[in-house]
Amino acid sequence: MTLESRSEQNSMLLNLGPSHPAMHGTVRIMVELEGERILNSEVEIGYLHRGFEKTCENRTYFTLLPYTDRLNYVSPLINNTGYALAMEKLLGIEAPERAQYIRILMCELSRISDHLTSVAAMGMDCGAFTVFLYMMKAREYLWDVIEFTTGARMTASYIRIGGVRADLHPDYRSALEKAVRETRKVLKDVHGLLDGNKIFLDRTKGLGALTKEEAVSYGWTGPCLRSTGVCYDVRKSRPYLVYDRIDFDVPLGANGDNYDRYMVRMMEIDQSLRIVEQAAAALSPRAPFAARNLRPIDPSEAIRLSRHQRAVGPVRLSPNLEGSEKEVYGEIQTADRRWTLPPKEDTYTTMEGLISHFLFFMPGRGIRPPKGEVYFSVEGGNGELGYYIVSDGTDRPYRLHLRAPCFHIVSALERLIEGRFVADVIPTFGSLNMIGGELDR
Amino acid sequence: MGPERLIEEFEKGFSGETVEASRDGKDFILVIRPEALLRVMGSLKEDPFFYRLLLDLTCVDFRRDASSFEMVYHLFSLETGRRIRVKVRLPADAPSIDSVAGLWRNANWLEREVYDMFGIVFIGHPDLKRILMYDGFEGFPLRKDYPLRRRQPKADKGNAI
Repeated sequence: MTLESRSEQNSMLLNLGPSHPAMHGTVRIMVELEGERILNSEVEIGYLHRGFEKTCENRTYFTLLPYTDRLNYVSPLINNTGYALAMEKLLGIEAPERAQYIRILMCELSRISDHLTSVAAMGMDCGAFTVFLYMMKAREYLWDVIEFTTGARMTASYIRIGGVRADLHPDYRSALEKAVRETRKVLKDVHGLLDGNKIFLDRTKGLGALTKEEAVSYGWTGPCLRSTGVCYDVRKSRPYLVYDRIDFDVPLGANGDNYDRYMVRMMEIDQSLRIVEQAAAALSPRAPFAARNLRPIDPSEAIRLSRHQRAVGPVRLSPNLEGSEKEVYGEIQTADRRWTLPPKEDTYTTMEGLISHFLFFMPGRGIRPPKGEVYFSVEGGNGELGYYIVSDGTDRPYRLHLRAPCFHIVSALERLIEGRFVADVIPTFGSLNMIGGELDR
Repeated sequence: MGPERLIEEFEKGFSGETVEASRDGKDFILVIRPEALLRVMGSLKEDPFFYRLLLDLTCVDFRRDASSFEMVYHLFSLETGRRIRVKVRLPADAPSIDSVAGLWRNANWLEREVYDMFGIVFIGHPDLKRILMYDGFEGFPLRKDYPLRRRQPKADKGNAI
């Protein structure tokens, strides 16, 4: 405890967190109170520090990908995308167009679920439990689409260096349409429940406000910065993937208070749904094997045949590998085979495929980018999510640093709650959407 | 302002303080001398550069190859959409540098993190202490000579509250 008392009179020290349901993760806020007014506060972070950067320096470029899932664990696919794009810039490669649209689709679904979680938690902090339940329901439908595509709800590791792991499921559209429909419905309901709700407004309007200049000085990005009226969105100002071909708006707030942060997030969900629809329109579903009159053979059969001749026709891969068949590989993975895993069919049936598979995973081989450094950022759920990677030419990063948007946002919390009531701390903190995994790394 | 003009401005404004100036696509990379940090950063924030957002501030341990620590600052200009990377090389023994916490508020926490992880001392920082690790932690975990699997259990069970 390092908080020094500022008051001459009898002030009280109160400890909020680190393990408390209102703290959304593990963070400790020590406040000095006079009555119920906050004189002084100190935010202590680091309870979820796992040594992400040190770990990455000791993993190969390919095997550190799952660690990125665990940064912002509500939108892991955006973290994957940021890392993959930084690596692609370092290697000088580009993913095929279909993979880029799939990435956009997945990123926007993740962004929606991130915003939904944030608004849900903030609503619950103000006692709006219905909002929480509605939004969690919508999030489940979105995660159904993600699970359908990646096989996992949260820690997907689906966006790979050079492309994506597998193509979309042939039936993904029905799940997507349902998710979009349900999310729109929930948005309408939540607007109805919160926008004019006195309890909610009392704890949000005019509270936790930051001016444009202060927000910039604190390094805020993302919805929090835009709520103050500064128009900065990485997708617009430094377009990556194919965001420049997609039509969407950047919603802005005016006052930078809790209410504007809520409103900006709600409007961004709307915009993300538009992006999802545009990306889905550009992605024709893959026809299943049956529709193409193809009869896949079992891997054992393929291995037996390959002793005499080159394998012909598709191999039936395990359900875990569905969508990563050799014939779709060109559309979802970069053509430069040095940086991607060889297709499983080749690994099973050809000597070259097996050798390149082993070389890819052998220590000291695999992905070895040229010496150099790269900074690449994407628009994460909370703001600019940047990777700074220094390569020394080996198969492991010499240094990997993450620019976590949360870190900058939470650093302003002491300023936001100064002079306020204890009851205002909770919704203010909720509106910042602190994610422990990203904040503490 | 075109990129060539900006490079000229850098060379004109910071002559004698810039060690290297290069480009990375739309963005710039400057390597400056440690003494010039506050002056260069202060003028990068203002006209004609407007790099008003401190995106990131971190450090790289280059003691193995270059026997130095390298501070890396990423700035962003909301007006032009350009980034700049400013690097400063610090000596390996007793590395210290001026704090930029007076210029940007988020530098307070960012510099605490670098101090926590690398042991770089920031002169003029308002409250330089560990941020992610706990008080009493020994060593600086992101330095290359800190072993990956070293354990430091917090052994203060006796006086737990």
